[in-house]
Amino acid sequence: MKIEKILLVGNPNVGKSAIFARLTGAKVIISNYPGTTVGFTQGKIKIGNEYVMVIDVPGTYTLEPTCKAEDVACRMINEGGLIINIVDATNLERNLHLTLQLLERDIPVIIALNMWDDTKHRGIHIDIKKLEEELGVPVVPTCALSGEGIKELIGRLKEAGSKALPVSSDSQKWEKIGRITQEVQKLSHRHHTLLERLEDLSIKPLSGVPIASGLIYCAFWVVRFIGEGMIKYILEPLFMNLWLPIVVKLSNLLGEGNFLHHILIGNFIEGKINFGLSFGLLTTGLYVPIAMVLPYIFSFYLVLGFLEDLGYLPRLAVLADNFMHHLGLHGYAIIPFILGLGCKVPGVLAVRILEEKREKFIAATLLAIGIPCMAQIAMIVGLVGQRGGKYVAIIFLVLLLLLIIKGLVLNKVLKGSSPEILVEIPPYRMPQVQAVVKKLWMRLSGFLKEALPLVLLGVLFVNILYTLKIIDFFAYLFTPVLTGLWGLPKEAISALVVGFLRKDVAVGMLGPLNLATKQLVVGSTVLALYFPCIATYIVLIRELGVKDTLKSISIMIVAALLIGTLLNLIL
Amino acid sequence: MIVDLTQMQPKEAGIVKEIHGGPGFMRKLQSMGVRSEKKIIKVSSHFWRGPQTIEVDNIQIAVGFGMARRILVEVKR
Repeated sequence: MKIEKILLVGNPNVGKSAIFARLTGAKVIISNYPGTTVGFTQGKIKIGNEYVMVIDVPGTYTLEPTCKAEDVACRMINEGGLIINIVDATNLERNLHLTLQLLERDIPVIIALNMWDDTKHRGIHIDIKKLEEELGVPVVPTCALSGEGIKELIGRLKEAGSKALPVSSDSQKWEKIGRITQEVQKLSHRHHTLLERLEDLSIKPLSGVPIASGLIYCAFWVVRFIGEGMIKYILEPLFMNLWLPIVVKLSNLLGEGNFLHHILIGNFIEGKINFGLSFGLLTTGLYVPIAMVLPYIFSFYLVLGFLEDLGYLPRLAVLADNFMHHLGLHGYAIIPFILGLGCKVPGVLAVRILEEKREKFIAATLLAIGIPCMAQIAMIVGLVGQRGGKYVAIIFLVLLLLLIIKGLVLNKVLKGSSPEILVEIPPYRMPQVQAVVKKLWMRLSGFLKEALPLVLLGVLFVNILYTLKIIDFFAYLFTPVLTGLWGLPKEAISALVVGFLRKDVAVGMLGPLNLATKQLVVGSTVLALYFPCIATYIVLIRELGVKDTLKSISIMIVAALLIGTLLNLIL
Repeated sequence: MIVDLTQMQPKEAGIVKEIHGGPGFMRKLQSMGVRSEKKIIKVSSHFWRGPQTIEVDNIQIAVGFGMARRILVEVKR
C-alpha cells in the first residue's frame, strides 16, 4: 500500500505536536495547553525511499465539529490519508470516543498509545494485545517526549487498516467504550505525587491565587535577573571591548560630518560615540536590539516556555476567569495577553483560541493598547529606569488601569455577553529541557530575523528623514498635539514616526532629546498607546479584518491623546 | 439528592444525571468525559460565581458558572 499522506489526529493535549516533531524532526511549537495548533503544521517523513507529507491536525474531541479548530480538523480528515490516531494512555476511555468515530470512516487508522510512561506511576495497566483485538487496528505504545515507540510506529504504518464500522449513536459508542476499557484496563491504587498535590493546590482559589501571585512575581524576578545579568556581564562588555574599537576606527576613516558617517555611526555625544544615543546603523541600530532587548526576550521566553510546558497557563486562565469576565472575556484570554508581553504578534495570533467575534475584538484591542511588548518594556526599564523605578511603575500602572477601563467600557458598549470558560486542565508535566530549548531557539531566531531588519530600517529611515528635512515638516504639523497637549518638544515627532516600525527604537529615540522626567514618562506612555507597530498592525488586519482594525486603532489614538494630555496635566 | 454542579462541596463525589443545553454544549461536555451516569468529583469552586473545577477520569475540567448550573448531579448527603 502506498501512503499518500499522514494525518495526526487526537484529542487536545495528548502530545500530538510532540509526536509530529519526533516523526518529522521539524521545528514545531509543543505546548501543554489545549488549542495551540489551530491552523496546522505540516512536515515530511522519509519512509523507505519516499517522502510522505505529515499533517499535525488541530486537536479535536469529535468529528462533528463544535468549534473552529474542530471544524478545521474534520475538513482535513475528510480529505483523506492515513491516520495516526494519538490516544492518551492515561485517559483511555475519553480518547476512545474519537477513535471509534474514526473507525467508522473508510480510512486506514493506526493507534499510537501515547504517554505510555505516565501510565506506570498513575497505576494504569493496559493490555495492548487485547486492545488491538477489540479495535482491529494496530496499537503501538509510545512516549513522544523520550522517543520510545516511535520507530515501531513508523515500522507498522503499513499495517494500518480501514475498518469502516457501521455507524452507531453516541450512547452506543459510550457503551462499547465502557466494555472495552473494562476488558483491557486495570487500575491499581497509587500514591499522590508531589506534582499532583501541587495541581490541586494551584487550582483551588484560596491557595491558587497566592500561588499565582508568587509565581508571577518570581517569573518577573527571574526574567529581570537573567536579562540584567546578560546585559551587564556579556553584552555590554562585548559591545564596549570588541565592537567599539572597530566602530571608532570606521568613524575615523569616514570622518565626522559626512552623510555616510551620519547614517552608519550617527552623531557624537559629548565628542564620543554613544551606543544608546548616537543613532547610527552600526551603533544604536545594533545596540538596541542586541544588547538592550535581546537579553530580556531571551529570559522572558525561557520562563514562558517553562510555564507553558509545565501546564500552568490553563490554571492561570481559570483563576483569572472571574476578573476577565468584567472585561468581556473569559479566563482563557489571559493566554494571548501573556504571549503579548513577549511580542504582540504571537499574542494577536493567539486571539484565535477565543470563539466569538466580540471576544476576539475586545482581546485584540486590549492587547494592542494595554500590553507593552518585551522589547518596549526593556527599553522603558533601561531609559526611564535611570530616573527612578517610581516612574517606570507609573507607566505600567497607567497602562494596566487603561486596559481595565477599556475592557469595562467595551464590555458595556458592545452588544452580546462574554461566553463561559470550558477547558481541560492538563496535569503538570515536568518540562523537558530539549523541548524548552527548541522552542526558545525558534522564538529567539524569529525575533532576530523579524525585528533586527525593522530596527535597522527604522534607524535608516529616521536618519534619511532628518537629512531631507522631512522630519521638520512633520514636527511643524504636529506641534499643537506634541507641545500643546503632551508637553513634549517638537523633536519627539521622530520617535512617533519610528514607532510605526518598532516601539523599542522609538522609546530609544527619546533618549537623545534630554527630556525632563515628566516628559519622558508622557512620551513612553504615549508611544505605547498611539499605534501598534507595523508587524502588529499587519496581523491585526489579518485576524480582525480592516474594519475592526480601524475601530481598534481609533480607540488607541483617542486613548493616546487623552492619557498623554492627562499625564501632562497631573504629573 | 439531586443538586447542580455549583452546589456540590469540594471533594464531594456524585453521579451526573442530567445536562441541559444545546447540542454543541452537550457534545463538547460528553467528549470531555462528562455525561450521564459518570462519576465526577468536585475539586473547587471559584469566588463570585467563578468557574467550577471537577475531576472526571483522572482529568480536571473547568466549567463556567452558568454552564455548571445546567449540570445536575446526584450526591449522597
